[in-house]
Amino acid sequence: MRMVKRTDMTSKKAAVIRILSIIFAFLLTSIFIGALGHNPMNVYLSMVEGAFGSAHRIRDTLTITIPLVVTSIGIMIAFKMKFWNIGAEGQIIVGALAASYLALNYNHLPKMVLLPAMFLAGFIGGGLWALIPAFFKVQFGTNETIFTLMMNYVALKWVTYLQYGPWKDPGSLGFPKIANFMDSAIMPKLFGVHIGWVIAIFLVIIIAIMMNYSKAGYEIAVVGESMDTAKYAGMNVKKVILSALFISGGIAGIVGMMQASAVNQTLSTQVAAGYGYTAIITAWLSGLKAVIIIPVSLLFAIMIKGGSFIQTAYQIPQSAAGILQSVILFFVIGSEFFIQYKLVRNSVMEKEVA
Amino acid sequence: MTSFLFAMIIAGTPLLFATLGEMLTEKSGNLNLGVEGMMLIGAVAGFGMGFYTGSGIIAILGAAVAGALGALIYAFLTVSLRANQVVSGLALTIFGTGIASFVGTLFIGQKMPDRVIDSFAKVKIPLLSDLPFIGPILFRHDYFVYIGYIMAICLGIYFYKTRFGLNLIAISENPSAADASGIHVNLYKYIHILFGGALCGMAGAYLSVVDVPQWQDNITAGRGWIAIALVIFVKWNPIMALFGAYLFGGLSIIGFRLQHLSISQNLLDVLPYAVTIIVLILSSIRKSKEDAPPKGLGVPYFREDR
Repeated sequence: MRMVKRTDMTSKKAAVIRILSIIFAFLLTSIFIGALGHNPMNVYLSMVEGAFGSAHRIRDTLTITIPLVVTSIGIMIAFKMKFWNIGAEGQIIVGALAASYLALNYNHLPKMVLLPAMFLAGFIGGGLWALIPAFFKVQFGTNETIFTLMMNYVALKWVTYLQYGPWKDPGSLGFPKIANFMDSAIMPKLFGVHIGWVIAIFLVIIIAIMMNYSKAGYEIAVVGESMDTAKYAGMNVKKVILSALFISGGIAGIVGMMQASAVNQTLSTQVAAGYGYTAIITAWLSGLKAVIIIPVSLLFAIMIKGGSFIQTAYQIPQSAAGILQSVILFFVIGSEFFIQYKLVRNSVMEKEVA
Repeated sequence: MTSFLFAMIIAGTPLLFATLGEMLTEKSGNLNLGVEGMMLIGAVAGFGMGFYTGSGIIAILGAAVAGALGALIYAFLTVSLRANQVVSGLALTIFGTGIASFVGTLFIGQKMPDRVIDSFAKVKIPLLSDLPFIGPILFRHDYFVYIGYIMAICLGIYFYKTRFGLNLIAISENPSAADASGIHVNLYKYIHILFGGALCGMAGAYLSVVDVPQWQDNITAGRGWIAIALVIFVKWNPIMALFGAYLFGGLSIIGFRLQHLSISQNLLDVLPYAVTIIVLILSSIRKSKEDAPPKGLGVPYFREDR
C-alpha cells in the first residue's frame, strides 16, 4: 500500500467525507455513552430537547450561539494567515473590560450614545490586546501561539484584580463583585434575544465579503499561503498581519462587550466563559469559511446547552460535551487526509506506471 | 530563603517533566501543543490509580501510560495522517481537559490515601544532603524530584552523546535527508512523541498525587503552556531545563512569599505568565544560529514529496 495525492476530489465529495467523519465521531461517543449504561440515542435526543425543548431553551441556545459565531469569525481571519491566535479568550476579556469601564463610569449618558461607545471600546480593547503579540511576531518572529495564550491569563488576572480590588462594588456587602450595569449600558432585545444576533449576522456578511471580494481579504489569503509570494508580489506583509490581527482581536473584543452588557450585565472573571477556546474548534471545523461558521456554532451551542441538560437528566457530567466536541475535532482533522490522499495497492500502481 | 528555594524545586518539578517531554517531542520535529491536555490526563489517571491501588509507583506508571496514550492520538493524526500539528495539539488539550474533568467528578473532594502520600515522603540523600546550603535545598526531597534530576541528565547524554541523539538532529533539521540515509523517520517520531507524552503525564501526576494531593478541576492551571515556552527559553537543552523549570517554579510561588508586601496577590499571580512572554520575546530577539528551533519543527514530513 502507498499513498497518492488525489487529483479527483470535488468539493462535494470533500463535504461528504467531512460529514461522515462527524457521524463517526458521534458513533464513537455512542459506544462511550453506552458503556456508562445509557442509551446513546436517548442521550442525544435529550440534548436536542435540552437545547430546543421550549421557547426559553431556544433563547438560551441562541444566546450561546452568538458569541461562538462572532468569536469564530475573528479567529478565522487570523487563522487564514496561519497566525495561530489562541488568545481570543483574553481578547474577549479585555474588550469586556474596556466596555465596562465606560458602562460603570459614564452611565448617565443616554443609551444611544453609551452603547455605541461601549461597542467601539470593546473593539479597540480586543484589537489592541491582539496587536501586542502581532507586533512582536512581525518584528522578531516571536511565537504567537504561546504569546496569545499567555495574554489570556494576564487578562484574566487583571479582571480578577479589579473585581477583588479597585472595582469592587461597595454596595455588595464585601462580596467580591463589580457593580451591575445601569439600564443605559444594557443591550436591547429583539424577538426575545439580545440584538447581538443581528450584529453576528451582519459581521458574518461583512467579513465574508471582505475575505472573498476585497483587496484586504486577498492579501490575507496570499500571506497565509506563502509569505514569500506575498513579499514578491509587493505586499506590505507586516501591515497586512498587523491590521488583520487588530480586526481579529477587535471582533473578539466585541464579544466581550456583548457578553458583559447583554448577558452578564456586569464585568466578572466569567465573562469569556471559555468561548475563546471553543471558537477555535468551530472556526477550524468551518474550514475557515465565514458562512459555514453559523451552522457549526449552532451545533456546538446545542452541545453546550444540551450538555448541561443531560447533566441533570442523566447525571452525565457537563464535561462530556467537551469530550464530544474534541472527538468530533479529532475525526474531522483526521479526515482531511482522506480528502487529500488515497491509498493505492502497490500492484495497481505498477500497472498504471507500465 | 532556604525554605523558598526548597519550595521552588517542588513547584518546578511538574514544569521540568513537562518541559523535558515537550523537548523530546520537538527534537523529533513535531510541535505538540497538547502538553496541558496530556498533563491533565496524567493527573487524573495518576490520582485514580493511586486512589484505588494505594500504590505510588502504580500511580506514576499509570499517569505515564495515560499521557502516552494521549500523545498517541496526536502522533497518529500528525505523523500517519499528516494533520496540522497546531490544531491537532490544541484538540488534544481540549480533549484532555474534558477527560480529566469528566473522570475527575469521581474524585471531587477526595484525598489521596496516606499510603501513597507516605511513599512520596522526603528522603535525605546521604552525604549530599549535608552539603552546606545546596544540600537542604536539593537533596531532601521525595524521590519523584530525584527522578526529575536523573531524567534531565539522561536526556542530556541521550541527545548529545549517543547515535540516536545525532539521528534526531538529522530528523528535526532535514527529515528527507535523514530518511535517505536510512533512518526510520516515522518510527523515531512515534517513539519520541509517545515518550514525551509519558513525561507530560508524569508531570500532571506530580501535581495531583504528590504536590496537592487532592483532586481539583483544572489542576494544571496553564503549566503545560508555560512548559512549551520553557522549551524555547532553555534552547532545547535538557540540562538548561533544570534551571528554567526551577526558576519558573519559584515565580509561581513568589506570590505567597510576598504577601506581607501589600502587593495584591492577583497581580503577583500574573508573574509567571508575564515572564514567559518576556522570555519568548527575548529569545526571539537574540536569534543566533544555536538558539534557533529545529528547522523541520512543525512541518509535516511527506516521504512521497521527497
